[in-house]
Amino acid sequence: MNDIPADLKFLSSHEWARVESDGTITVGISDHAQDLLGDIVFVELPEVGQSVDAESDAAIVESVKAASDVYSPLSGEVIEVNSLLEDQPEIINSAPYEDGWFYKLNPSDMGEFDNLLSPEDYSDACED
Amino acid sequence: MNKTVLNSAHIELGAKMVNFSHWEMPISYTSLIEEHHAVRNTAGVFDVSHMSVFDFNGGDQVAFFEKIFANDIKKISNKNKAIYGALLNEEGGILDDLIIYHAKDKFRVVSNCSTREQNRQWYEKHAAEFGVEVVARSDMGILAIQGPDALNKILSIEGINPQVNNLPSFGCMFDGDKLYARTGYTGEDGLEIIVPSDEINQLWDQALRLGCTPIGLGARDTLRLEAGLNLYGNDMTIENHPYESNLGWTIDMTDENRQFIGKQALLSIDQSKSQKIIGIILRDKGVLRSGYEVIHDKGKGVVLSGSYSPTLQSSIGLARVDQGYKKDGKVMIRNKMLNIDFVSPRFVEKGKISI
Repeated sequence: MNDIPADLKFLSSHEWARVESDGTITVGISDHAQDLLGDIVFVELPEVGQSVDAESDAAIVESVKAASDVYSPLSGEVIEVNSLLEDQPEIINSAPYEDGWFYKLNPSDMGEFDNLLSPEDYSDACED
Repeated sequence: MNKTVLNSAHIELGAKMVNFSHWEMPISYTSLIEEHHAVRNTAGVFDVSHMSVFDFNGGDQVAFFEKIFANDIKKISNKNKAIYGALLNEEGGILDDLIIYHAKDKFRVVSNCSTREQNRQWYEKHAAEFGVEVVARSDMGILAIQGPDALNKILSIEGINPQVNNLPSFGCMFDGDKLYARTGYTGEDGLEIIVPSDEINQLWDQALRLGCTPIGLGARDTLRLEAGLNLYGNDMTIENHPYESNLGWTIDMTDENRQFIGKQALLSIDQSKSQKIIGIILRDKGVLRSGYEVIHDKGKGVVLSGSYSPTLQSSIGLARVDQGYKKDGKVMIRNKMLNIDFVSPRFVEKGKISI
């Protein structure tokens, strides 16, 4: 398993969020999640301009075995999606915290970020 | 939870284990897609010891199978061969699909794990009138070694009877209590070896040492789907008859005097109106999944098995649809209508795309 970068925070449903220097939020799924899913073959991303709500489904990730909802860690407006995933969804398997990000959003309530799990708390939650 | 004898061997290899019909089984060891390609390109070894094995003693076993099996067992009598077919109830519903192996006057039946108890009761109910004793062989395990290099690998295994090399497709032979058969569930050449459980660890270790890739149930599912092979409980259940399950070819009514269970019900079915199982390929991005609605010019249907095909690198599935379909149709995925083509369900044969 890759080490979890210290600047990420998590939902217990395995999504991560990172605050970028311009105040936007990048969203992806954890290394643990990609490992559970196995080979990822398709991703359905939100539309740019779409509003998403914290802890509501914003994307879908499909491995060979099954389809899973991806929940947004924060509320806000989607400003960019990772178009690389359209043709190379397997990047999520190999680089879940880097090139395998899903989308970026303008957060509407940064207070939601503070409520997310720290890397340590998330790791503990995965072991339960 | 039931465990096969190889359970700890799977865990040592780092397999992800899942509950499959109350059996703890490996779903994959490394990457499902890599495991899939290993079987298509070289050779893979599968632990399928969760499947049910039955032997039979005494009585008129041929007459017994003539009655309970919808395919005609006479096709393989004295031929050292295996035959695939269905066990039907009186209504023509599919109780299970199974392979009957027949060599040296002995019959051995392998069927699904979820139907073990149902089948045991069904055999016992009908065996009595033929004086046949039913023996559930829970002391047996099954290894499948499949792929273009499978036979070469198998012949290098210590203690393997070299005559297995001469087995034709669907041929089988006993070696003591061990059964070798040129059968499988992948669309590739290879063997299934049904052996006493205490011999299986040694066979497994040798297969790995010879370079066979261990294959989990995940790749087993994508391999059988590409080969167009039904999965019981998924593509057909007791609610389905063989004609709507792509199994019409296994119903043998050549012998008019043979009264097998379910025959009368099948005779009353108008096959020109029954639905069919057909292969589908998704032409847009996405993944077909069980339960999605299918639409064509003359009717509709539903996806039974759906997955991603590592060989075709697109999504494929089996669907049960109304007759009258032509080349293409639509599938509904999350409220979007996407394009599909209807094809013969045999997507891949011996490593090559065959549609």
